Amino acid sequence: MEYFLQQLINGLTLGSIYGLIAIGYTMVYGIIGMINFAHGDVFMIGSVVSFILVLSLGLTGGSGPFLIILSLALVVVIAMLIASVYNWTIERVAYKPLRGSFRLAPLISAIGMSIVLQEFVRIAQEGRPKPIQAIVTGKYELLERVNDQGQFIVTISNMQILIIVCTVALMAAFTTIINRTSLGRAQRACEQDQKMASLLGIDVDRTISITFIMGACLAAFAGLMFFMYYNVTDFFVGFLAGIKAFTAAVLGGIGSIPGAMLGGMVIGLVEVFWSAYFSVEYKDVAAFTILAMVLIFMPQGLLGKPEVEKV
Amino acid sequence: MSEALLTGRGVETFYGKIQALRGIDFDVRKGEIATLIGSNGAGKSTLMMTIFGTPRARSGTITFEGKDITKLPSHQIARLGIAQSPEGRRIFPRMTVLENLQMGATVNDMAFFEEDVAKIYKLFPILEKRHTQRAGTLSGGEQQMLAIGRALMARPKLLLLDEPSLGLAPIIVRSIFSAIKELNEKEGLTVFLVEQNAFHALKLAHRAYVMVNGKITMTGTGKELLARPEVRAAYLEGGH
Ligand SMILES: Nc1ncnc2c1ncn2[C@@H]1O[C@H](COP(=O)(O)OP(=O)(O)O)[C@@H](O)[C@H]1O
Ligand SMILES: [Mg+2]
Repeated sequence: MEYFLQQLINGLTLGSIYGLIAIGYTMVYGIIGMINFAHGDVFMIGSVVSFILVLSLGLTGGSGPFLIILSLALVVVIAMLIASVYNWTIERVAYKPLRGSFRLAPLISAIGMSIVLQEFVRIAQEGRPKPIQAIVTGKYELLERVNDQGQFIVTISNMQILIIVCTVALMAAFTTIINRTSLGRAQRACEQDQKMASLLGIDVDRTISITFIMGACLAAFAGLMFFMYYNVTDFFVGFLAGIKAFTAAVLGGIGSIPGAMLGGMVIGLVEVFWSAYFSVEYKDVAAFTILAMVLIFMPQGLLGKPEVEKV
Repeated sequence: MSEALLTGRGVETFYGKIQALRGIDFDVRKGEIATLIGSNGAGKSTLMMTIFGTPRARSGTITFEGKDITKLPSHQIARLGIAQSPEGRRIFPRMTVLENLQMGATVNDMAFFEEDVAKIYKLFPILEKRHTQRAGTLSGGEQQMLAIGRALMARPKLLLLDEPSLGLAPIIVRSIFSAIKELNEKEGLTVFLVEQNAFHALKLAHRAYVMVNGKITMTGTGKELLARPEVRAAYLEGGH
């Protein structure tokens, strides 16, 4: 039971990160109907940029809590800015010129962009994984059990609390933007009928760009959290995390934002429980098995939109 | 009722190699109801969309208030004060009725929203009853009212209406046409109305055009065209 609880906490932490990335996939799909396969690498850019910033600020676990919070806030803003510039540029350079061409073209272009980003960072930063000392340290013991097999303590670390709390806050803010603001309304309008949106005075190109920027901000935040959770990052982290977040988006119902959040949590939990109870070596297989199963048996996903509409 | 609000000269539009508009000239003057009638496939909807630059005219010019809008992006044309209730209504099905009306107020950044939405509800009371309902679940007539209401939310100087009566019961058609007439008479709204339901449209119109195969073949006042035997034969047979 204690073991289970511990895995639950770990799973929710990982699921938060996947969920944040998954939103970027699902929003872009919703608005332009394509998978931005470079999105995982935008997450990677966010992660590597955060890493560089944290190092250059000289941040360590020994810095005072006030300094850490202030520095991290600065890091996250800059990482979001840089990731946004990348994602905005990707859309302008690689996708926009291909709008309206055959369906496979932007997909190929997306994979190309993904390779460009990875190789760029690999060459610029050298290929070795970048480890760092833990910055946010400390944990709370929630439960303790001693029995004949020994002692087991359920803990939640400050880092896990930070990830889960920030994710919940970001997702709440994000949901409010989509459902309650004129920007969100414009995005939903473009998702449903771009031509009609433009007849009503919506600048569709601008709305699409903003969507890429919003996805990039969430991915950059996830990138920072990811590297601070594992205390390591490199040019390749975007690949696996990207595919898993993509799986989360498909599982939740591609195009659905609550679906992406839910899917992220499910994938995070499955991965952690799989590692805990079956095999760590095959943990990535779990996510891909889910992807294959969902695509075959439930392509509309958990919260996917029903296709039926009265016209 | 003198200065031209919207004019087109020699407008030609293509879909790939197929030419849909073959050199169209038209004028819509301030304060009037102009109508364009023609059988299915004549190019009426193409003209309505060409005014908004989607598809774009390959040649010719369209001016609005004397300004050349032929090459302007669609969203900027909307911001000049033209609104359209397009063919097929194109309401946003997964938004509520209220949200659809909010979308209509995009061009004036919601500045007059409360005031205007009250007016729309007075014009089409059913929309108020349905305001939290998803627009995709409305009946055809309700969707048409929503499409017109959404266009009016922009406070347009010119309203383009593409077949507002299509597929609707006669009683709803009558209420929609009387709403159009009222808006024109009381608010001085300029309307460019496309209809296959030629009888209603011609009765309403100060100026009328007949389109055949991408060309304007007849022009006159609504009454004049209504009196012409060839119009009656082609567009009013079995009429109302
Ligand atoms: N998106 C399109 N692509 C290709 N051809 C089109 C398209 N829309 C309309 N057309 C063609 O253009 C012509 C005019 O159509 P349209 O403007 O819809 O006529 P109307 O509104 O008068 O019924 C028709 O021959 C139609 O088949
Ligand atoms: Mg038509």
